[in-house]
Amino acid sequence: MIRVLLPLHLQTLAGCPREVTLSVEGAVTQRSVLDALEVRYPMLRGTVREHVTLKRRPRVRFFADGEDVSHDPADAELPASIASGEQPFMIVGALAGG
Amino acid sequence: MTAIRILVGTRKGAFILTSDGKRKKWSIEGPHFGGWEIYHVKGSETEPNRIFASQTSSWFGQIIQRSDDGGKSWTQPGSDGAADAGGMPQGESNRFVYDTSAETGKPLTTHQWYDGTQHPWEFARVWHLEPSLDDPDTWYAGVEDAALFKTTDGGVTWHELAGLRGHESGAGWAPGAGGMCLHTIVLDPNKPKRIFCAISAAGAFRSDDAGASWKPINQGLHSEYIPDPTAEVGHCVHRIAIHPRNPNILFMQKHWDVLRSDDAGESWREVSGNLPSDFGFPIAVHPHEPETIYVVPIKSDSLHYPPDGKLRVYRSRSGGDDWEALTKGLPQEHCYVNVLRDAMAVDSAEPGGVYFGTTGGQVYASSDGGDSWAPIVRDLPAVLSVEAQTIS
Repeated sequence: MIRVLLPLHLQTLAGCPREVTLSVEGAVTQRSVLDALEVRYPMLRGTVREHVTLKRRPRVRFFADGEDVSHDPADAELPASIASGEQPFMIVGALAGG
Repeated sequence: MTAIRILVGTRKGAFILTSDGKRKKWSIEGPHFGGWEIYHVKGSETEPNRIFASQTSSWFGQIIQRSDDGGKSWTQPGSDGAADAGGMPQGESNRFVYDTSAETGKPLTTHQWYDGTQHPWEFARVWHLEPSLDDPDTWYAGVEDAALFKTTDGGVTWHELAGLRGHESGAGWAPGAGGMCLHTIVLDPNKPKRIFCAISAAGAFRSDDAGASWKPINQGLHSEYIPDPTAEVGHCVHRIAIHPRNPNILFMQKHWDVLRSDDAGESWREVSGNLPSDFGFPIAVHPHEPETIYVVPIKSDSLHYPPDGKLRVYRSRSGGDDWEALTKGLPQEHCYVNVLRDAMAVDSAEPGGVYFGTTGGQVYASSDGGDSWAPIVRDLPAVLSVEAQTIS
């Protein structure tokens, strides 16, 4: 199972805890993880990535195993630690200001 | 037995204030959607327990929330898990995509930016939600960057009425200080196909064919802060209000100037009269007196607080020109809050009630047409919008 950490605003929108676990078939990528997240929580469609283009929203960032993978291709495989569930895939609202 | 429900949108959530027809004791419920900006909350004209809310975030985008039980519970329409054509679950209530098709709109892709260059049209948020006067499933949404959207399925899907943004002047529209927002939508109760809207900073527009085509209605507006003070478009209209008995009479609070039109917007004349400042944001009409109107003068567009530190609502009983200050119950020293364009409303109880919210988090109510005021609540987050429902 894939572990995903959500920021507070998306937790309140989806009515879910900070960490959710998802089943992902095939390659574990940003796209497949987010697809699975939106299947489980349809109200999150359009909040992490744009409708239509499916691009990451500008003020959202992704972290995997301590690395910022926000700018990696959506179909690039995520680290094995994410695929195994050892580490969570983090969806983070970008910090702005101090 | 009449009940009053006040719907309040704030920078950090929505609140619902309720009272009986006496409007002396209030219960306060919320926050709903804590932490999110709630630009507008409004109830259906035909089913009062159906309420729409615009929940928005610069990080996570736009959400449309709907309640069918007077605000006790909320759902995001279309997020029930049904699959779309691509096999993914629907979650489309927050899907506001500009129509650039040749069939229904013009493939307009840029508008004027602050520096005069062209800038892509980018959806930011829904500023205003306006219910149809006769169908609880039909609503309009005014958005930033300025466009008008419509749903006919209770908020599940939204489509743009692209004729507005496709107007030949569209490429010349420019944002105001708050962004380029379509913030005012007024429906004519006598003419079902007539829609008024206002955009900062483009001006006022009218459609007589249910939103298919539009004309600017800004003749008589004079704005010193734009290159051509009497231009057809470019005016920073802040708010338009009508009385349902006289929908041909429009009242406008512009960036500077209060104006009225007696011919459905074909022409305007200034009625600022003896106001201490004619800058302001909201304008409202008394529920039972079509020529009684209210504004909240603000010192200037740079200062955004009331003159002399005194929070005063001004009332005209003659449709403008002659104004009286309403101060009883309002702070008359050291007050530096603002009242935003969607943050004033009236109920339809007897006598008529008037409400407004401030950027300091107070919501004030008057149950005597403005003669006296009292705060319902004092310490909410900054108030973005106030709407009043009178429920029999």
